[in-house]
Amino acid sequence: MPTFVVEVEDLVKKFDSFVAVDHIHFQVEKGEIFGFLGPNGAGKSTTIRMLCGLLLPTSGKGKVAGFDLMKEPEKIKQAIGYMSQKFSLYDDLTVIENLHFFGGIYNLSGSSQRKRENEVLEMIGLQDLQDRITRTLAVGSKQRLALGCAILHEPSILFLDEPTSGVDPISRRNFWSLIQHMGEKGVTTFVTTHYMDEAEYCGRLALIYQGRIIALETSSELKVKTLSRGVLEVECDPLIPALDLLKKEPWISESAVFGDGLHVISKEGVDLEREINGLFQKHGILLKRMGWIRPSLEDVFVSLIEREEKQ
Amino acid sequence: MKPSRTWAIAKKEFFHIYRDPRSLALVILMPALLMLLFGYAVTLDVKKVSMAVLDRDRSQESLNFIQRFSASPYFNLRFSVQDGKEIERLIDQGEVKMGLILPWDFSKTIKAEKVVPIQVLIDGADANTANIILGYAQAIARQYTQEKTILKVSRMGVTNLNLPIDVRPRVWFNEDLESKNYFIPGLVAVIMSIAGVLLTGQVIVREWERGTMELLISTPVRKGELMMGKLIPYFFLGLLDLSLAVLMGKWVFEVPLRGSIALLFALSCIYIFVALALGLTISTFARTQLLANQMAMLAGFLPTFLLSGFTFVIPNMPHWLQIITYGIAPRYYVTILKDIFLKGVGFSFLWRETLVLIGMAAAGLWVATRGFKKELR
Repeated sequence: MPTFVVEVEDLVKKFDSFVAVDHIHFQVEKGEIFGFLGPNGAGKSTTIRMLCGLLLPTSGKGKVAGFDLMKEPEKIKQAIGYMSQKFSLYDDLTVIENLHFFGGIYNLSGSSQRKRENEVLEMIGLQDLQDRITRTLAVGSKQRLALGCAILHEPSILFLDEPTSGVDPISRRNFWSLIQHMGEKGVTTFVTTHYMDEAEYCGRLALIYQGRIIALETSSELKVKTLSRGVLEVECDPLIPALDLLKKEPWISESAVFGDGLHVISKEGVDLEREINGLFQKHGILLKRMGWIRPSLEDVFVSLIEREEKQ
Repeated sequence: MKPSRTWAIAKKEFFHIYRDPRSLALVILMPALLMLLFGYAVTLDVKKVSMAVLDRDRSQESLNFIQRFSASPYFNLRFSVQDGKEIERLIDQGEVKMGLILPWDFSKTIKAEKVVPIQVLIDGADANTANIILGYAQAIARQYTQEKTILKVSRMGVTNLNLPIDVRPRVWFNEDLESKNYFIPGLVAVIMSIAGVLLTGQVIVREWERGTMELLISTPVRKGELMMGKLIPYFFLGLLDLSLAVLMGKWVFEVPLRGSIALLFALSCIYIFVALALGLTISTFARTQLLANQMAMLAGFLPTFLLSGFTFVIPNMPHWLQIITYGIAPRYYVTILKDIFLKGVGFSFLWRETLVLIGMAAAGLWVATRGFKKELR
């Protein structure tokens, strides 16, 4: 029997007539890294803000860390750590002053506060920069500091809203290894992102689109279930006319440009390679290379959203 | 309310102030500047009124009378003109505030012991000043008439003439009737109002604008802790401003401080809380820093300047306006300041004002705290 630290049922948030979050339903297990994946404006931030007690849901039910979303938002706030999408520490304070401040806010004090601050500084690798004014830090260091402030009081659940947007890939990897490390210790992480490579770090993924969850699986399940027929990578010249041609064919399920090639998914029972060969020859398109690949999360993502849009 | 959280907020605010020297400079320079500007500029004293004279008589008698004006510290005889048009022109151009016209039969009529009409033209655009000038002119004429009468009576053989009433005025509290003595204590109230409201007018809305509020409200911090923590550092800055204003009043403008300086500071501390709480309330409800700033300027400045009794005497206001003045805090603070500075009264005379201010400070803090929502907007 798994213990759920986040449970949400029929959660709705409306801003006037605009429905930002539309009857979503999910659970997050203790220690899980749960990804909330979706394009901009899909309702990711609104959801995470409701879970953190920053926005009152319009309707629905939910519990975070055992506390009611509607009635006990202040109790939730003591149990969680939150990293907002926009960097929101005090940039005229030094690194250590920011940590001190949040330590004070979460009621740490005395030698235990000092000890915990040093632990966190070491964890986020900012010991040598602790007296730097936060404004002067690199983006990656700022993000780590924001994480540090969020985990200072050892919350059982972390809510991260697009934590590594604008961060270089190496810093991003460091950041995620920190999150995974905490997951091993039983800290649950709820993260929103629109980066596919970030989503790969997540145990389970909820795909949110226009306020609704359109898929909720582990990332490998998502790939298998959504794209069981696999993805054909096609390199050809010219690229865009080829794409336009493919889109008109009835046997094509999805097609999109990826890098300098096309990713093509066919409908069931089609010999895709033969059809493409024939089509390209007829229209004088040069086929350079063609091969089956493992679908990436991005393929899954695009395919699910296209499917949703067609409905 | 946990003191550790309040302290954490207060400390953070101290860092903000300390790291932003410009705002710190503003806090110190603004009161000094206001004090100098108002202290020197705002005066109701009417002295050295520039005047022109048209003496149609040109006799010993008329010269003697004109001499009374030119010798007075209140008048400055700038022009002697030849005809009435000239005086009109000088008043029109603002060269003189007053014109004095003596008729050609001035000395003749006086010698004939008849009443001689003289004409005084006053630029009445500023009614208050015109009234005062009129008062001066009438006083000189009255004095002259009185002397003539006594002379006449004594010539009739009455030697021990006693006028029935001899007014011997003694002015209390502001003995030299200097308007600065009256203004400077009120000015301290203006400065404390503006400074107090401006100091805290930013503190909440700034966190919203910078985006730091989103994180702050995701923590378990309580609204009361947040408000108190934000007040503490600015309270000390307010005290700094107060000391500056009082010191300047006493040493630069030499306004007598007759009452207890401890009482002055103690009661001022309460007023600082009132002003800071008003600023916090504005900051809680305003959506942008710019708006908060403008609201703070208005809310801090206007009531104190217009309705507190600082410039305009409350009993002279229409009744409905007088009622409004009871609802604004500076009214009570101006009373406290003037009473302590000029009258030197003790707490037994000021406890009512003190109670009202305490009530207003508490109400202001309550509204600011209640108005603040720990929710994104």
